[in-house]
Amino acid sequence: MSTPPVLDVEHLRVAFAGRTVLEDVSFRVQRGEFTGLIGSNGVGKTTLLRAVLGLQRIESGTILVDGAPLSQHHRSLGYVPQKIALDPDVPIRARDFVALGLDAHRYGFARRTKEQHELVERALADVDAERFANTRVGSLSGGEQQRILIAHALISQPSLLLLDEPLANLDPRSVQEVVSLLHRVASDHQVAVLLSAHEMNALLPVMDRIVYLTNGRAASGTTDEVVRSDVLSALYGHHVDVLTLHGRVFVVAEPGEGDQDIPEHPTLTVN
Amino acid sequence: MFSGFMVNAWLIGTIVAVVAGIVGFFVVLRGAAFPAHAIPNGAFAGAAGANLIGLNPLIGLGVFSLGAALGIGRLARHGRADAVTALALVMMLALGAAFLSQSTEYEPEIFSLLFGEILGVSRGQLVPVAVLALVCVVAIGVLYRRLLLTSIAPEVAAAVGLNPARIETMFLVVIACATTMTVPVVGALLIFTLMIGPPAAARSFTDRTALALWSSVAIALVTVWVALACSYQTNWPVGFFVSVVSAAFFVAGRVYAWWRHSRATTDRAPLVA
Amino acid sequence: MSWIVEPGFFSNGPVHVALIVGAVSAVVSAVVGVVVVVRGQAFAGHALTDVATTGGSASFYYGVAPVIGFLAAGVLGAGAMDLIGVQRLRGRDLATGIVLSVATGLAALFLYLDATRSATTGATQQILFGSIFTLDSSTIPLVAAMSAVTLGVIAVIYRPLLMSSLSAELAAARGIALRAVGLAFMLALAIAVGLSSIAIGSILSTALLIGPAATALRVTRRLRGAFVVAVALGVGATWLGVLLAYNSYYWFPSSQGLPVSFFIVALVFLAYLVSGSSTLRRLLRPRREVTV
Repeated sequence: MSTPPVLDVEHLRVAFAGRTVLEDVSFRVQRGEFTGLIGSNGVGKTTLLRAVLGLQRIESGTILVDGAPLSQHHRSLGYVPQKIALDPDVPIRARDFVALGLDAHRYGFARRTKEQHELVERALADVDAERFANTRVGSLSGGEQQRILIAHALISQPSLLLLDEPLANLDPRSVQEVVSLLHRVASDHQVAVLLSAHEMNALLPVMDRIVYLTNGRAASGTTDEVVRSDVLSALYGHHVDVLTLHGRVFVVAEPGEGDQDIPEHPTLTVN
Repeated sequence: MFSGFMVNAWLIGTIVAVVAGIVGFFVVLRGAAFPAHAIPNGAFAGAAGANLIGLNPLIGLGVFSLGAALGIGRLARHGRADAVTALALVMMLALGAAFLSQSTEYEPEIFSLLFGEILGVSRGQLVPVAVLALVCVVAIGVLYRRLLLTSIAPEVAAAVGLNPARIETMFLVVIACATTMTVPVVGALLIFTLMIGPPAAARSFTDRTALALWSSVAIALVTVWVALACSYQTNWPVGFFVSVVSAAFFVAGRVYAWWRHSRATTDRAPLVA
Repeated sequence: MSWIVEPGFFSNGPVHVALIVGAVSAVVSAVVGVVVVVRGQAFAGHALTDVATTGGSASFYYGVAPVIGFLAAGVLGAGAMDLIGVQRLRGRDLATGIVLSVATGLAALFLYLDATRSATTGATQQILFGSIFTLDSSTIPLVAAMSAVTLGVIAVIYRPLLMSSLSAELAAARGIALRAVGLAFMLALAIAVGLSSIAIGSILSTALLIGPAATALRVTRRLRGAFVVAVALGVGATWLGVLLAYNSYYWFPSSQGLPVSFFIVALVFLAYLVSGSSTLRRLLRPRREVTV
């Protein structure tokens, strides 16, 4: 590899509130890779993302973004939180919020150039947000806001886009829409993606690699490499089976191993 | 109305309105109404204390507002923000009361520190007020975009390398600065009104951020000018008119926003998320 | 003993009144204050004190007893804030601020009118910072009655109040009338504020409302414990404040003394700061969560 990975996490250990959330997590995200961070609720996905962003203190381990340690890299990262709390009284239009993604770190009050305006237009078009570009961000629906957040993160042309549970609480059709949107903008802009989710099936068609998180540790690789009974059993510390049915993957624990978090519910539904 | 001592009042009132409109825009954006009310009260104590020991009240104002701003910022991070702000506020008021009780001039002092004495402002006060105003406006101008992003989406701001806590501290210091220059004019209790009424109204009238900021200044100017004129005619306190006109603008803004919203929800076809 | 308690303290008539009225208002403020802090309504609570200021200054102008002005204005203010929707989370700080501003503007007007009309001075001082040593013992029955009413209201709505403070949605789902409970609480708050305004002035009554309550919530684990601690702190600060203020007349050669309100506020503030110290935390080992 001549270029360093976009994200290089080695032996990461994070603890807070008296417990160790991440024990020994290592993985890499290469340029342009679409990576899913899969794990059930409470397992530490958000903690991991926050650590990468420099918002969470780490006990030990290293995090390198574009080959550089945390403090110097901020421009390389684009972050999309699950949502932002903004009420409709706040006077900022969707397009203005996206434009802030270009220059929020700049000092002063300079007017934006024509090129910058065009960048904003293109970012809005990329996420199909032209329709509500002039609406207040606080008045948008959850899905519309999410698209604006993505445009805001992308416009500064980061090397890595981090998304915190973008698919949570969405109906299946919206999940599909968001996944294909993300895949499209990621390949158009050649940006790597690391998104966290508790269900991997929707991401199977687009994921290049998976980081499967449980028990404070992670297994990373392609889905074929990771989502296997032997690998996951080692990760969980007890035996789990991996079943594939109608193109969907299910990770099933034996009855009695109830207190382990398994991301997939072993119920079969036919869509 | 436009000659003699009134000229100073118009000039200073205009400067105060501009600063209040700009700083107030962010006070409202950040939901910092309570600290914006509490910090001027710290100023009150400082002026009373400075008076007691024979210092220029402006120095006392400055020191105490700064102390209040930083103190509130620090305490709020380690406890319930609203309870702490309330306590800091009354502590400073009580200090002010204690200082005043030790001086010979009690009553008129309190009134002018709390409610302002814009008609009694002298030429000499114009320069420090203008200088402090410039400092405030420049500070906001320099921090503009950082302030915006950290106010609206602090997590996203942190992710791109901004420091929301540091920006918060700097903003509180700007409030302290704005306070120092305005308390002798409109009084501790009423600078707050100018910092929330006009901006709250302005943001109801337009969606565009920059336009909302300039509207906030414009509305603050109208408020102060109307208040000055009315006060001159009736001899009633300026602060009374400032609060009433500000409230009127605020209500107008709310009504307009409600009307826009009810129109929009009936006209617009439902969006597909 | 004489350096702790200056001569004549215990036999002094006004001191007795001060101690009684002070204690009663401290108790009511502490109880109501705990709920205020839990509900995150410290700003609204403080705004009501400024509204009470208006009432006080109006009562001076119209020649009515301040207590009536405080109470009437407080009730009106509470109603106005409820109307503007201070209970809704969005924009409530602004609505509170505007009510506060208008009330303060009116207070300025009344104080001005009063100053120009009559030769009496000290109106501002009395209203804002209290005049506990000049209270007449005839105010005691009214104070006692209003306190009983306030505490009674709180006792009656206690459970729905707590439920709605912790989660409005859950409370609504259980059929609790949020508006009614919220309004009843605001009125109780208005009365509490009015009462303490008499004792230490309107502007400082926030201290008795928020201080003991915030301190108590920091050091206790259970909500019931918080009420007890808050009352103890409030009454303690008030009595100690009265004592210190009385003593202070003897400390200063000018014989001016420092206002009671200053001492009470300072003690309350000090208690809060001390409660945050790590040594105290280790002593008491409080939990973060507050259990009912």
